[in-house]
Amino acid sequence: MAILVTGETKVICQGMTGAQATFHCEQAIAYGTKLVAGVTPGKGGGKHLYLPVFDDVAAAVAATGAEVSLVFVPPRAAADAIIEAVDAGVPLIVCVTERVPVLDMVRVKRRLEDSTSRLIGPNSPGVITPEACKIGVMPGHIHFPGRIGIASRSASLAYEAVAQTTANRLGQSTCVGIGGDPVHGMGFADCLELFLDDPETEGVLLIGEIGGTAEEEAAAFLSARKAAGTLDKPVVAYIAGEDAPTGRRMGHAGTVNVFGKGGADDKIAALRAAGAVIAESAAEIGATMRRALAR
Amino acid sequence: MYVHEFQAKQLLSSYGVPAPRGAVARTPAAARDAAREIGGGAWAVKAQILAGGRGKAGGVKIAESLDAVATESRQLLGSTLVTEQTGAAGRKVASVYVEERVAAARELYLAVLVDRASGRVAFLTSAEGGEDIEEAVARDPARIDKLVVDPARGPDDAGLRNAAAGLGLDGAAAEAAVALMSGLYKAFHELDASLIEINPLAVTETGELRAIDVKLNLDDNALFRHPELEALRDPDDFDPTEMEAARYEINYVKLGGDIGCMVNGAGLALATLDAIGRAGGAAADFMDVRPVATREQIATGFRLVLTNPKIKAILVNVFGGGILRCDTMAEGIASAVHAHGLPVPLILRLAGTNMEIAKKTLVGQGVPVTFADDMAQAAELAVRAAKSGAAKSGAA
Repeated sequence: MAILVTGETKVICQGMTGAQATFHCEQAIAYGTKLVAGVTPGKGGGKHLYLPVFDDVAAAVAATGAEVSLVFVPPRAAADAIIEAVDAGVPLIVCVTERVPVLDMVRVKRRLEDSTSRLIGPNSPGVITPEACKIGVMPGHIHFPGRIGIASRSASLAYEAVAQTTANRLGQSTCVGIGGDPVHGMGFADCLELFLDDPETEGVLLIGEIGGTAEEEAAAFLSARKAAGTLDKPVVAYIAGEDAPTGRRMGHAGTVNVFGKGGADDKIAALRAAGAVIAESAAEIGATMRRALAR
Repeated sequence: MYVHEFQAKQLLSSYGVPAPRGAVARTPAAARDAAREIGGGAWAVKAQILAGGRGKAGGVKIAESLDAVATESRQLLGSTLVTEQTGAAGRKVASVYVEERVAAARELYLAVLVDRASGRVAFLTSAEGGEDIEEAVARDPARIDKLVVDPARGPDDAGLRNAAAGLGLDGAAAEAAVALMSGLYKAFHELDASLIEINPLAVTETGELRAIDVKLNLDDNALFRHPELEALRDPDDFDPTEMEAARYEINYVKLGGDIGCMVNGAGLALATLDAIGRAGGAAADFMDVRPVATREQIATGFRLVLTNPKIKAILVNVFGGGILRCDTMAEGIASAVHAHGLPVPLILRLAGTNMEIAKKTLVGQGVPVTFADDMAQAAELAVRAAKSGAAKSGAA
C-alpha cells in the first residue's frame, strides 16, 4: 500500500509553467505520476504540458479532484501558495521551494493546525512511491519498489539511502524528504507513525542531521510504541554532522545549534535508547538495514 | 546574517530596547572622544566582531579614565580575537564600541527565537544571565523558561507578566520587562530576525533595565524584504572566500583541516566531513554546491577549494541527481583544473546519474584523479593522500 501517495494519486502543480517546474513535471509524467493540472495565476484556461492550467487551486481541485499539490513557486510567494492549497482543502501539499523565510513558515504552520492538510517541506526533494508516483525533484531511476520506508531531512542523503537500499536489494515502499528548514510540515514522528502502520513497509530508515529536535521527537515516539508493544519493525537511523563545528550554519538553515542542543551525540543516544539501530556512517546505511532486518 | 552589537542596538532602540549610551570607533583617538562625549567615569570598550564568546576571550574591557579607553582601544583594534565561536583563525577587530558602564545589581537573560519544537516564536528567559548561561543551562535546563507565542494572537499580557515575575521582577521593573518583550516581539517580525538575544539584561540599583549585550541574527532567506539591512553587511567582517562563494550561491564554510571538500547537497557534505573525521583526517572546508549547480558554479567552487593554501588533498563527493548530473560535475572540475592546475591529489566518489560518462570525461581530459567506490573509501584515500603529502612537504 505504501504511504501518502500511490499510482492512483491525482496531483496538481502550483507554479507548473515555470522553467524548473516544467522540467520536473515532465519527469514526473514520464515516471507515471498522475499529474492532472497546473495552477498559475493569470494563466487559467490555457494548457501546459498538454494539461489544463487554472488560476487558483480551488478551481483546479474542483475540476480534477486532485489530492496532492506540488508547490513549485519562488520563496517570496511560497507561504501564500501553501496557504491557498490548505484553504482549498488539499489533503497533501508538497513544497520543494528552497529559502522560504522562517517567519512565513511559522504562519503556515499555524494555519495547518486548524486544517486537515498535511505539508511536506519546504526545501524538500518531495515524496516518491517507486514505480507508482513521483512528486518532487528526486531522480526517479535510483528508486526500486520494495520494503523500506525512508524519511530524510537532507535530499542528498535521501538519495544515498535510496541507492544503498536498492543496492542491498531491499527497495523502498515510500521515501519522504521532510526538508532541512527549521520550521516545516511533517516530521520524523509523523512519517514513522505512517510507516509503522503500513503493511508493505518492513523497516524504516530515518536520515537526520544536527540541529533542532526532530530526531529527539522521533525517539520519544519510538519509545512510546515500544512501551505499548507496537514497535514490530526495525528502525535504522543515521545522523549527519558529528564532526561539524557548532554555531555555524552548514548549508541547511536547520543545522545551527542553539544552547548546545541539537548535537549529533544527543540525537544518537536518544534514538538508540528508544530501540533504533544506528548506522555508524553514511556509507553503512543500506548494510545496517539489511542486518537489522535479518535479526 | 549576524550584525554587530552596535548595529543591533541601533536597530532595536526604536523598539524600546534600553541600551546604555555608546558610540562606535575605529581609532583609539575616536574612542577617547566618544567616551568624553558619553560622559561619566567608567566605560566598557567592546570589540565588534561577528561571533559570540567575546567576554571570555578578552574582547570586552572596562576603562576608568579617558586614557584607559584609548589604551584599551589601541590593544583591541587590529588584534585578532579567538573565541569559542570563531574557530582557531579568530576574527580581526576593525572597530570597538565604547559604552557607559552600567553597574548591574542583577544580570538576566532574555531571548526571542524561532522555537523549532513548536514551529512558533518563543521567549527564553532566565534570572541567571551572564556569560556562563550556556554552561549553566546545559547542566540544568530548568534554569531557563520558555514562553511560546501563538502567532495568531501574539504575546498575551498574562504570559509576559508571568515571565517577568519568573525573572524576579516586580513593580516598575516588571512593567518595563513586559514592554521590552512586546517591543522585541514586534522587532523580531518587522526585521525578520531569527534570533534576538539580550545577555546580560542588567537590572540597575535603581531597578531600571539595561541591555548590556545584544545579539541580532537576521533570517538570510528574508533579506529580500529588507535591502536596508542587507546594506549593513560589511565585507571586512567576512572571509573573502566565503563572500565569493555566496555570490555564486555555493554554501561554503572554511574549516581548519587540510582536506578540501566539494559535495553536492548539504546533508551529503555533512556526512562527508564525518567520513573524513572517521578516517582520521580533518576537512579544510564545508562546501555544498547545491543540487542545481551549473558547470560554471562547479568550476568556481573547485577554484575556491584550491585557494586554501592548507589543502593537501581534495575530496569530491557527488550523488548525481535529477538536475546536477555527474557529467556536469566532471566538466566543471576539468575546466577548473585546466585553468588553475591541480597541485594536490584529487579523490572522486561519483554515484547516480551519468556516473560513467563523468569518469570518461575526466580521464579523457587528462585530469589526474583517483576514483573511490563509496564515501568511506573516498575519505580513507583522501586522508592517506593528505598524510603522505604532508610528510613530503615536511621532508622538503
